Amino acid sequence: MAIDSIALRDAVMRSIRAFFDEHGFTEVETPIRLKIPCMELHIDAEPSGDHFLRTSPEIFHKQLLAAGHGKIFEVGKCFRRGELGPLHNPEYTMLEWYRANADYMDVLADTKALIQAVAAPDLRGGSVGGGGDPASVAEGRDLGSAEWEILTVSDAFTEFAGWNPVGNYAEDRFDMDLVEKVEPALKRMGGPVVLIDYPVEAAALSRRKPDNPLVAERWELYIDGIEIANAYSELTDPAEQRRRFEVCAERRKALGKETYPIDEAFIQALENMPPSGGVALGVDRLLMLVAGADSLDAVLPFR
Amino acid sequence: MYSASDLKKGLKIEIDGEPCMITHFEFSKPGKGQALYRCKIKNLITGNTFDKTYRSVEKINRCSLISRGYTFSYIDADDYVFSDNETFEEAHLNDELLGDLKNFIVDDMQVEILFHNERALDISLPNFVEMEVAETEPGARGDTATNVMKPAKLPNGYEINVPIFINEGDTIRVDTRTGAYADRASKG
Repeated sequence: MAIDSIALRDAVMRSIRAFFDEHGFTEVETPIRLKIPCMELHIDAEPSGDHFLRTSPEIFHKQLLAAGHGKIFEVGKCFRRGELGPLHNPEYTMLEWYRANADYMDVLADTKALIQAVAAPDLRGGSVGGGGDPASVAEGRDLGSAEWEILTVSDAFTEFAGWNPVGNYAEDRFDMDLVEKVEPALKRMGGPVVLIDYPVEAAALSRRKPDNPLVAERWELYIDGIEIANAYSELTDPAEQRRRFEVCAERRKALGKETYPIDEAFIQALENMPPSGGVALGVDRLLMLVAGADSLDAVLPFR
Repeated sequence: MYSASDLKKGLKIEIDGEPCMITHFEFSKPGKGQALYRCKIKNLITGNTFDKTYRSVEKINRCSLISRGYTFSYIDADDYVFSDNETFEEAHLNDELLGDLKNFIVDDMQVEILFHNERALDISLPNFVEMEVAETEPGARGDTATNVMKPAKLPNGYEINVPIFINEGDTIRVDTRTGAYADRASKG
């Protein structure tokens, strides 16, 4: 049944902005076209003239944190080359927020409160029911009252894939088992599940756990087995960040992918960045879940 | 060779030398991980389906399938023998591959046979074939209603339901896709 995705998006965007306003965050705008995209092993930036389109607003947000802006958020389009499927679109809406003097658990609390505010039943009733089919509201997920499970990557892999990747990481095996074994198990569990404490090799831009150097302070929120948000206790060590970019560049080269230079302004900003927690959340996927749909087609009318 | 990013539903590929078709396809990219292409694949020889996930760096063999025109020639034990319309080379197709279609193969029938390398995979028959009714109860004269059916047998023993007005010796047209009576071609 057709969902009124226009009304749903409008309602969700209003409630996202209301949520961050209520919690004292500043809405920021950062460049969409950048000279140097943030380098990640498996994320490819879309060229735009002599610039690239952003794959994430991350590097600018960290510069804002370093400049003293302690609670910031941005909702905007991000672009990732070649990502297309029921749960992917090369252009998508990302919500990203950061909290200074906080860590990944603090922003997990934000996330839980945000999802409860955004996916409250009255919102679903008001937005979808207005123009759409009442049946689609009934199918929509009531995420407001669902229990949140917290599962370490170590426990999830041991239970669902029969091995522990922490201290024993193998990238291909990790990615394959995540997709073929762990994610389907999270889908069977249903509701919100937070996969937490990733092997340090899969840390991306998160810091190591102080009491366990094999693990990074990173979590991913899954709802009904679909990945919705990624969060870190942000890495603030410029030397470590530089080293990770260098390793990433080597590995991208080995995969035949283009490499991007190191953004010195970003590295320098880390010197002054307070310990922070940050979250990136896929708004289109969240809309899809609230609507009870299983493909982004339901919420991206021009796709 | 295909790249993993070329994969899509319906694409025919070769795995371990066997022709296969992708019946379900999903792009997946977990967390900060690599792109993975999750496929359900059907082996076109055995009919078995299985799951396979490709990484973006993997290469996949193309599957070359060729369809050629043949004429039905004769039956040799369990094999139906067809001759290539251009080279006159014979192709033997067994009972198992033909399945129910064997009931509708008649002399000099023009067919298309699908080959993977030199192995016959599938056959397609004309949609309709004319066959004589060998056995049936006598028809009710004047009753041309087509919604009342009765059992009948074709010369090869195939049992088919025909309208009540069909008699032994009549020629009927059979839909080879469904195995059902289509209409009467001529009276016996």
